[in-house]
Amino acid sequence: MSMVSSAERLPGRRRTAWIPRALLYLAAILVSLWVLVPIYLIALAAFSTQDDVYRYPKKLLPTNLSTETVSFFLNSEGVYGSLVRSVVVAVGMLILTMAIGTPAGYALARFAFRGADTFRLGLVSTRAFPVLIIAIPLSVTYLRLGIDDSELGVILAHTAFGLPFAVLVTASVFAGISVELEEAAMTLGCNRASAFSRVVLPLALPGLAAAAIFVFIVSWNEVFAASVLTLRDRTLPAQVLSTLEGSPLPYKFAGGFFLLAPAFLVIFVIRKYVFNMWGRTVR
Amino acid sequence: MAEVRFEGVRKMFGKFAAVDDVDLTVRDGEFVILLGPSGCGKTTLLRCLAGLEKMDGGTVRIGGRDATDLPPRRRGIAMVFQSYAVFPHMTVGRNIGFGLRMQKVGKAKIDEQVLSAASLLHIENLLERYPAQLSGGQRQRVAVARAIATKAEVLLMDEPLSNLDALLRLEMRAELKGLLQKLDVTTIYVTHDQVEALSMGDRIAVMNAGQIVQCDSPLQVYDKPADTFVGGFIGTPPMNFLEAKVAGNGSGPIVQLSGGTLPLGGQSVEALVGRELVLGIRAESIGVEREAASELIEAKVLVIEPLGSHNLLTVRSGSDTLKVSTGPDFFPEPDTVIWLRIAPERIRWMDRATGAAIETGAERPAESSVMVEAPTAEAAAP
Repeated sequence: MSMVSSAERLPGRRRTAWIPRALLYLAAILVSLWVLVPIYLIALAAFSTQDDVYRYPKKLLPTNLSTETVSFFLNSEGVYGSLVRSVVVAVGMLILTMAIGTPAGYALARFAFRGADTFRLGLVSTRAFPVLIIAIPLSVTYLRLGIDDSELGVILAHTAFGLPFAVLVTASVFAGISVELEEAAMTLGCNRASAFSRVVLPLALPGLAAAAIFVFIVSWNEVFAASVLTLRDRTLPAQVLSTLEGSPLPYKFAGGFFLLAPAFLVIFVIRKYVFNMWGRTVR
Repeated sequence: MAEVRFEGVRKMFGKFAAVDDVDLTVRDGEFVILLGPSGCGKTTLLRCLAGLEKMDGGTVRIGGRDATDLPPRRRGIAMVFQSYAVFPHMTVGRNIGFGLRMQKVGKAKIDEQVLSAASLLHIENLLERYPAQLSGGQRQRVAVARAIATKAEVLLMDEPLSNLDALLRLEMRAELKGLLQKLDVTTIYVTHDQVEALSMGDRIAVMNAGQIVQCDSPLQVYDKPADTFVGGFIGTPPMNFLEAKVAGNGSGPIVQLSGGTLPLGGQSVEALVGRELVLGIRAESIGVEREAASELIEAKVLVIEPLGSHNLLTVRSGSDTLKVSTGPDFFPEPDTVIWLRIAPERIRWMDRATGAAIETGAERPAESSVMVEAPTAEAAAP
């Protein structure tokens, strides 16, 4: 009896089995559109003529591409300088963050030291601390130290933001590399340092690169601290933000594009390398 | 080549003594197996020798030299890890040559030694491959080749075969044994697989709870376990243990078991009389009879497992359950009564309280084939 009824139910179940799958794809498409449509429109506007930017209804297809809007933005007062400054800050912060974060992540992954869990929790909790509260004391401190309105100042602030991520991500990267590999290297003639540089580091590189991308973008997109700590020499997001209100529409679109583009470029370029390495290093 | 010596080695993990005061000498060129259940400290002991664990007490000597405080790279050892630990970012050839490159050996010499190590393990055609492109068995070979390429004085192996499937393990076991005989290198090999231990080692050091319980040749460990732990751990099925007492009566000493009594014949029993004893007997040392006789013990068949080469019987005698190995043509029905012949000279006596074996001074024949339904002429008269 029960066998018969289950056999009868089977075709019915099969008929409806595609529904959850279809819903999943639908959800994925909607989420993708939600992210991609604004990006597309911004990019489209940035590469349109200024007239097209103002025109309503908007054109949805790139029929009349032009660098007019972009060059207008780049030639605007202070934009080029802030673009360069953003690169300098992001790269400087990237180097500093990874230089401090990687050893910390390694220690967290490899050694069971007293307070390791507290340290981990402490790292996470720094992100729960609103930047707003420390903005004024920080500005005062920067003024006293004379590093206000400087690349170094913003680099230090961004390093503080990026470091917890860097430590946690690199810790999980190192935790994924078997200790036995390191030990094998040590029985084969390595000391701790050369075991790290010859075995652990090459294997960790893809993960470290991913962490670096993330950290880079933390700095590139950070606007609040950069706005508070600088006045004249601003990073791109801070510059765009401060001039946004009084700017024409083409400036806004081109500015938006320039904030987006490097992050995308970095993700796409390094992502390929990351997956290559992982493909080869699967156990 | 080098002798390895552990002297009072201790290793604590918190308050837990993983290795508790171990003394062991491995002779130059000898192949010693560290055998024990998981958590017995065998791997920790090996890692102490490799320098991967810092010891809490004692000394390790390699080739007469105190190696206690030396880093792994200065100990003259090579190690094969359980997970193989083959470097995923290097080709097989570079993996095997890694130790030699670290020793700054010349390029030509490296190539030569890599090739010879690789051909010993039949992987010389895989030198350009990456580990991800290899099967588990091939990776295992790379790990062994890498360890022997440096020609270290002492080779350490930590459960090297445990990640292979059963068939491959069987094949690799024989190959590895042959290889190690050829290399004549001092080898310490950790395993929890007693078949591996019995079949490969010159000597087996059986470990339990951080200590070496017995260290003897495989046959000795199998036939004369030092205590109930060793007897129960080694052998499939494990040794049978029956509660027993030895008493003298008019016609000579007898063994009192829960399922009957057994004459001991001409055994020397001074050490046994009046003690609480455990009678240890291997499944294949018990003969089975269909007919009763005065020197036999009655038992009821519970389960019969035909295993091809022999049948394994689970029988109940009194309050004891025993495993008995019989010939493949002995098929008693479950619940029928059979009679067990326990040869006195095959008995291993243990103290019931401590579990330690009692040496009676009685000699045992070294090897005897399994006897099924032994001819009545051979049955000893009382």
